[in-house]
Amino acid sequence: MDAILLQFLNGLDKGGAYALIALGLTLVFGTLGVVNFAHGALFMLGAFCAVTFNKLLNLEQVVLDETQKTAWGSALEIRTPYVETLFGDFGHFLIDYSVPISILITIPVMLLIGIAMERGLIKYFYKRPHADQILVTFGLAIVIQEIVKHYFGANPIPQSAPEIVAGSANIGAWFGLSDNIVYPWWRLVYFGFSAFIIAAVFSFLQFTTYGMVVRAGMRDSETVGLLGINIQRRFTVVFGLAAVVAGLAGVMYTPILPPDYHMGMDFLVLSFVVVVVGGMGSLPGAVLAGFLLGILQSFASMNEITSIFPGIDQIIIYLVAVVILLTMPRGLLGREGVMEE
Amino acid sequence: MKQIVSREPFALLAFAVVILTMPLWLTPLGANYPDLLQKFAIFAIFAMGFNILFGLTGYLSFGHAAFLGVGSYAAVWSFKLFTMNVLPAIAFGMAFSGLFALLIGYVSLRRSGIYFSILTLAFAQMCYNLAYSVLTPITNGETGLQLTLQDPRIIDRIFVEPGPGLPETNLFGIDMSGYPGFYFCAVVLIICFFITRRIFKSPFGLTLRGIKSNQGRMGYTGYSTRPYTLAAFVISGMFAGLAGSLLAVTDPLAGAERLQWTASGEVVLMTILGGVGTLIGPMLGAWIIKYFENIFSSFNKSTLSEIFSFLPENLQAFAVDISSLFVGEGWHLTLGLLFMLVVIFLPGGVMEGWRRLVKRFSGGGGGSPESAPVPQAAE
Repeated sequence: MDAILLQFLNGLDKGGAYALIALGLTLVFGTLGVVNFAHGALFMLGAFCAVTFNKLLNLEQVVLDETQKTAWGSALEIRTPYVETLFGDFGHFLIDYSVPISILITIPVMLLIGIAMERGLIKYFYKRPHADQILVTFGLAIVIQEIVKHYFGANPIPQSAPEIVAGSANIGAWFGLSDNIVYPWWRLVYFGFSAFIIAAVFSFLQFTTYGMVVRAGMRDSETVGLLGINIQRRFTVVFGLAAVVAGLAGVMYTPILPPDYHMGMDFLVLSFVVVVVGGMGSLPGAVLAGFLLGILQSFASMNEITSIFPGIDQIIIYLVAVVILLTMPRGLLGREGVMEE
Repeated sequence: MKQIVSREPFALLAFAVVILTMPLWLTPLGANYPDLLQKFAIFAIFAMGFNILFGLTGYLSFGHAAFLGVGSYAAVWSFKLFTMNVLPAIAFGMAFSGLFALLIGYVSLRRSGIYFSILTLAFAQMCYNLAYSVLTPITNGETGLQLTLQDPRIIDRIFVEPGPGLPETNLFGIDMSGYPGFYFCAVVLIICFFITRRIFKSPFGLTLRGIKSNQGRMGYTGYSTRPYTLAAFVISGMFAGLAGSLLAVTDPLAGAERLQWTASGEVVLMTILGGVGTLIGPMLGAWIIKYFENIFSSFNKSTLSEIFSFLPENLQAFAVDISSLFVGEGWHLTLGLLFMLVVIFLPGGVMEGWRRLVKRFSGGGGGSPESAPVPQAAE
């Protein structure tokens, strides 16, 4: 029982990441009708926003202290980050909280990148076949990936969560269950964060006039255009929004998985599977399938299960996708008429 | 029909001459060494096979690297278990990849469009993940499958005493490294070209094209399209397996990275770059990519600063910095850019560019040269 609960929890953070990326993919697909293979690259760029911010904060001032000597007899180097010399304790706080704070710079950066990408490239591919869209965004993903690799190197760059949430939460004790159920705080934070973002996106679409127009445009963009609304501009903003969601998912994921240049591709393939399982063009489907597959994956990596089916943890998601696609052609929550062949 | 038949030997002869004299006409281009030539031939086969599926039926598979990898593994196992002769290895490679293609195709082809792409991608990733984890006894995981001195090699042991060191792959005594390896691949390529040409001209090929332009209508006219697409899928899977086993023939080791989906992306790019649905386009695409990969990835900072040495010093450093992004390790960046540029500006690939050029210079004064590009299949 404990083990099952624990695996369930383990699946939540990964499921959250899948759900966020899949949500962005579905938003783009539902509005612009574009299959965006560069969406994983946006996730990766978000993660590297956090890395860059952390690097900037950690720019160090080197002072040679002549009074103290190192073992080699040279003057001791005292390295202090500039922010600490400038702001003192507040600077220390900034460095400690660099990952959550970098959200603040990630949002505008990703919005800009998203809109630039849409206006600069995706715009010209609305009417082209899906194969062309896949190919051009695939090329773009490679380009982004290689540029990041050039500047940040090929090795993963570990990031640390704020000290206050560095340990593990004793969740079992909270609910009066056994004490064995402990869970890293940061993963819990990540799950809460992704739930918050998902709720924010849905309420934006559901409860604002802007969102209402966007939803109308998803149904029938031509009619909305005839009513005198510049639906194209709104779709561009939605693309930017999707980029922001992917970027935020990436930022907050950095303490869980040290970012490297190909993390986007790894997640993209899975997220596409998630989108298809959830039903192409269905936002709730994407979220549901994201969490479902995340949890399923963590269950499959239990020792009890891998000893019966070795390797199942590696392929469970693809296996589920294959079964779902063959039995439920529209995915879990897909609507009729969306992407029917 | 008669005309095609009578032209066939000439086309084939011309093709054979061009391929077999590759070492001659590639010398001025600086590409005349066996390693690269072998790659030219092998990846031409891979791209040609991919084109039978993507070019003719319009089904975009993102998992073709799986068949390449399976072909490689099967061939290396044939070297390890039976004999160093290359013919059984190729036969095994094709048989196994064909079997895999039959299984994967049977399932994936139930869907089309992007669903098909994702299904094939999912299967390829499954193979890749399994090759790295559970199937390590078969694939040797990260190290890759290699020949060892302890291999049984049953058939070889019957005929000859095993010499010291690792044996070379051979074709009845002819070592398959260097130029003989290239000529062997070239002959296989010519055979594949012949087969592809026949498929293109056959009623079967025509049916596949019909499926590309309108599958529904093909169904209404009484065709059951599934067997046709499945046949195309298996054929192209076997081509990929053949290419994979040839990779193993020229260099007897197989690694899991050959199954990765970036490898699938590469063959898609070759096909697109050359020209989807054309007979020799994919081959040209494969050559161009392998040629530039070879040239660009060999560059480094010192060669770059030599190239830009005519510039003043500051500018030189700047130019070297910028261009070093694109060469050496960064070759993939150039590849990605190329990919984008081709898809954006020249969806028909090199072959379409050539056609446009010919049209412009052969006195096509009538229509405006900027007329609409060749329309893609209606979706």
